[in-house]
Amino acid sequence: MNPVATLGATGRGVAGALGALGRFVGFTGQALGWMLRPPFHLREVAAQLVQIGWLSLPVVGMTALFTGAALALQIFAGSARYGAEFAVPSITAIGMVRELGPVLGGLMVAARVASSIAAEIGTMKVSEQLDALKTLAVEPMQFLTVPRLVAATLAMPVLVAVGDSIGILGGYAVGVTRLGFDGPTYLRNTLDFLEFWDIASGLVKGAVFGFLVALSGCYFGMNSGRGAQGVGEATKSAVVLASVLILASNYLLTEAFFSA
Amino acid sequence: MIRAEALHKAFGRKTVLRGVSFEVPKGQSLVVIGGSGTGKSVLLKCLLGLERADSGEVELAGLKNPTPHAVAPHIGMLFQGAALFDSLPVWQNVAFRLMRGTGRMGRVEAKALAVEKLARVGLGPEVADLFPAELSGGMQKRVGLARAIAGDPPVLFFDEPTAGLDPIMSAVINALIRGIVTEMGATALTITHDMRTVRDVADRVAMLHEGRFHWQGPTAEAFGSDDPVLRQFTEGRTEGPIPTLR
Repeated sequence: MNPVATLGATGRGVAGALGALGRFVGFTGQALGWMLRPPFHLREVAAQLVQIGWLSLPVVGMTALFTGAALALQIFAGSARYGAEFAVPSITAIGMVRELGPVLGGLMVAARVASSIAAEIGTMKVSEQLDALKTLAVEPMQFLTVPRLVAATLAMPVLVAVGDSIGILGGYAVGVTRLGFDGPTYLRNTLDFLEFWDIASGLVKGAVFGFLVALSGCYFGMNSGRGAQGVGEATKSAVVLASVLILASNYLLTEAFFSA
Repeated sequence: MIRAEALHKAFGRKTVLRGVSFEVPKGQSLVVIGGSGTGKSVLLKCLLGLERADSGEVELAGLKNPTPHAVAPHIGMLFQGAALFDSLPVWQNVAFRLMRGTGRMGRVEAKALAVEKLARVGLGPEVADLFPAELSGGMQKRVGLARAIAGDPPVLFFDEPTAGLDPIMSAVINALIRGIVTEMGATALTITHDMRTVRDVADRVAMLHEGRFHWQGPTAEAFGSDDPVLRQFTEGRTEGPIPTLR
């Protein structure tokens, strides 16, 4: 293989990746700038709270329920090796509120919401609705992106809180019905070991994940290519980027919150 | 008035506009014709500020090189596919701009005005609460037209107003456009390759070819012209100076 050609291809790849990163960072800056400028489309924010928050409750709830139940079984199986079965309630609760609640909830919302935002805005772009907004003196970033970012950032911590509760309930149900725990003791162990920051850190993660999900959807929607293929590509890219950003930011936030 | 002076626009290596200059005086209707891919839509977007021209000057309703936001109160635009907002009922589409910004109307007043504009384009009040997806293509065009004239703007733009419509519906839309433009005393620019629209709507015709206005003149002269490029286009012939593979 020609080393010059390889070097050239590598250089083009790196330049392309840096260009894409720069465009995404630029879009984020623009979106944050538009957030501070009136008019504020509160009716749109309310509509998006319903779309992103309320309508995501079933999928987040189901995910949390089964995750909490499976987590309790796994922790029981692992802790039984050391005779530490009593730790099942507390570790299940901590695992849910610190990690699995926000991360799995975020990923489920990414699949549901980032895809829907990218497809909706992408279709609007393809059908000239974004141009139509501009000719009607409405800036698409302000009318479409800002309400979705605000709604997702506000809704996601609530979804995480509900998901955490349902996840703990799933662990409780398995603990009491399958693992032989006494109901009141299970709940007391859960409450005694959970600290405020365990819960709060998960909610902060939720807010960050919500922002990233909406940002990915809006970015790829606004930059969608032409036709059905362009919109499809935008939808796929939005979900992939949102998922990667959730996992990467989860690590960074965990480092920031809990590293010694 | 609409005026363009030496507009140039390229996308990468592909040059689309190579110095387009024209003027549409107040109250006149200019129709721009040209083959697919010759830059008619790009020209329209440059005029509206939706695309930034590489060089040249645009003057629209007294504003020089305006941004879309600055020019919005002075223009109405009918998009090729109507570009109605799917999530809003018809009346909110029509009254969209009137319900936002300074001096915005209340919902009751805005809906009454929307119903009035819908009536002007031949649609009854029962259509007001429907959603765009529930309308036929012709009805969507009428709603788009109602939205374009909702603020009584002095300048109107029409992008392929009859695209995708049957001949009868095309004639209806053309008649509506001509009637509204005359009634409002508006300055209008239409882009199309439908010769019926040219005959029905235009006071003057301009042909965009190879990035420039190849021919401009009154409508009657356009159809009797000896110019081989214009003639091939208006007569729809496959043989002539315009290549068929573009």
